[in-house]
Amino acid sequence: MNNEQGRKERLDRGIKVRTDGLYAIMSLRELCYLTVPRLVLIVGLLILPLVMPSMYWQRVISIVCIYAFLALGFDFLAHFVGLVCLGGAFFIGVGGYLAAILNTSFGFPPLVTIPIATLLGGAICTLLLLPCLPLRGVYFAIVTLMYPLVLMRIIEALNILGGTDGIMGVASFANRWIEQYFVILMVLLFLFGLRRLVNLDIGLVFRAVKDNDQAVRASGMNISFYKAIAVFVASALGCLGGACLVHIYMWSGISLFALDFSILPIAATVIGGAGTVVGPVLGCFILVPISELLRAFGTLRIVFYCLILVAFIVFRSEGIMVYGQRKYHQFERWVKI
Amino acid sequence: MDILIYGTINSMALALMALGFALVYGISRIPNFAHGALYVISGFVTWGFVRALGVNYLLSVFLTMIIIGVVGALIYRFILIRVRGMAISEIIASYAIGLAILEGLRWGGFKGMTYTLPVFVEGSVDIAEIPVDFHRLVVVGIGVAVVAFLWLFTHHTRIGLALRGMAQDERAALMLGIDSDLMAVVAMALGSMLAGLAAILLLPLGNIVVEAGYNVLILAIAVCIVGGLGSWMGAVLAAFLIGFAQILTVTYLGSHYQMVVALLAIIFTLILRPSGLFGQQKELEERV
Repeated sequence: MNNEQGRKERLDRGIKVRTDGLYAIMSLRELCYLTVPRLVLIVGLLILPLVMPSMYWQRVISIVCIYAFLALGFDFLAHFVGLVCLGGAFFIGVGGYLAAILNTSFGFPPLVTIPIATLLGGAICTLLLLPCLPLRGVYFAIVTLMYPLVLMRIIEALNILGGTDGIMGVASFANRWIEQYFVILMVLLFLFGLRRLVNLDIGLVFRAVKDNDQAVRASGMNISFYKAIAVFVASALGCLGGACLVHIYMWSGISLFALDFSILPIAATVIGGAGTVVGPVLGCFILVPISELLRAFGTLRIVFYCLILVAFIVFRSEGIMVYGQRKYHQFERWVKI
Repeated sequence: MDILIYGTINSMALALMALGFALVYGISRIPNFAHGALYVISGFVTWGFVRALGVNYLLSVFLTMIIIGVVGALIYRFILIRVRGMAISEIIASYAIGLAILEGLRWGGFKGMTYTLPVFVEGSVDIAEIPVDFHRLVVVGIGVAVVAFLWLFTHHTRIGLALRGMAQDERAALMLGIDSDLMAVVAMALGSMLAGLAAILLLPLGNIVVEAGYNVLILAIAVCIVGGLGSWMGAVLAAFLIGFAQILTVTYLGSHYQMVVALLAIIFTLILRPSGLFGQQKELEERV
């Protein structure tokens, strides 16, 4: 007779329980338990440009960070506000073109154009997406997927903003160290900023909008207003990425609306761990270098990519970070029932 | 007059592209973003049979349809079935499959101008002094036939009725002994075969290019959304709407705007009336 069944029991580690409150500062061990993972991330990111062997790989880090902006925005919108936005390329494009225009037509230096492009671009994106905000689920996803495509075709058809040639001669950063550390510090800033944001009161409202918007509405709050704020945050992140990208490549063109910018951050979020905010960044740091390593294979790398993505989404949909957090905070054992 | 004729042809082509997508979404509620990839791949399979292996054209069309149906069924049975019901995972997974197929084909060297399919019937005829080649007439004819066939199939056969039952209410269908997973596989196979049929009919008009996959996907989505996701007859009517709109813009504005029309149609329909022009209004499901 073999009808004994096992069940996996998960218990919080004692140290996790103790470090939840103010008591975390009672002992060095508990302080370390809390700070070491964060310090590893921060210090790791900061020394990354120094240990990279070549200019090429340093450039890859900048690109990783730009994807990380998008992935952060996607994760925030999808898993804290419930808006699945497949239009990362839209944000990149708007931010990129704004920065390029500000730089080439008005002559502002990068450190001025980037903040302006971020805020103004966020506002423009939010304004354009405003009519779609009441949409839900798959409808919002499809409509946002179409936005970058429309803008791309319109620029192509009207032959404005440089048409298919794009805008050339955008100024670059003063030197590559400024470029690297600017994007890395921005990633860290927004990473911890977003984690803070979702734990504030407004974060609570965001999650309520995701879980039960009718309840939020019944509480006398304007759902569209909160959704607009969330979209502004996410699109500003994307525009920041776009502005940095334009200044890194010194060129802005319709390839900014390419599907890569919509798909890769989503893949990174799925692989890194949805709803953890730090997971998507981790996912970018895994995926983008892999795709660079596979560059020799041409478009075959996209095939690899998609297969990895499908495998993750079908078999391991929780992602690396959720798995890691579980192992770090809890221990598991089999119990007989 | 030529607007009328070419509008009709274009609309029929759009309807053919979109029917497979509409069918799959209508029955299993899965937005099959691999639709464009299935379209392109069936073009290449037919090409392989006809040009590389030298099989009879009709026979190779038949074989292609079977192969693409099996491919669709396998994709559903082994991948999509596991993420069913999770809207975002469905989109990402099916899109990733489509992307993998398309980029795989591109890597495999299937690009350029060298891949063409033969037309069914050579020659052309003048309709009201507008030359129209026979193949385009064949497209319209088969398009009408497919719509009629689908209507008969879903109203008068056991499987068709089961599919419709599932589309209306899956739980009730389950209670009546309809195997919903099996039906979804059937729907996916049927949808893929429709994509394959569209490819075989439409690709002889031009070259087989990988990029067509993306355009077909966008057009299919545009038609289905304007017509209302999940509504087949809505899709056919919307195909005429978008088809004529496209021909009108090409005539009066320029061919650059052809795709813009489809994309703007998607955006405005979703904003103004997400369930489409002919879909049932499900206010609470789609917007707040």
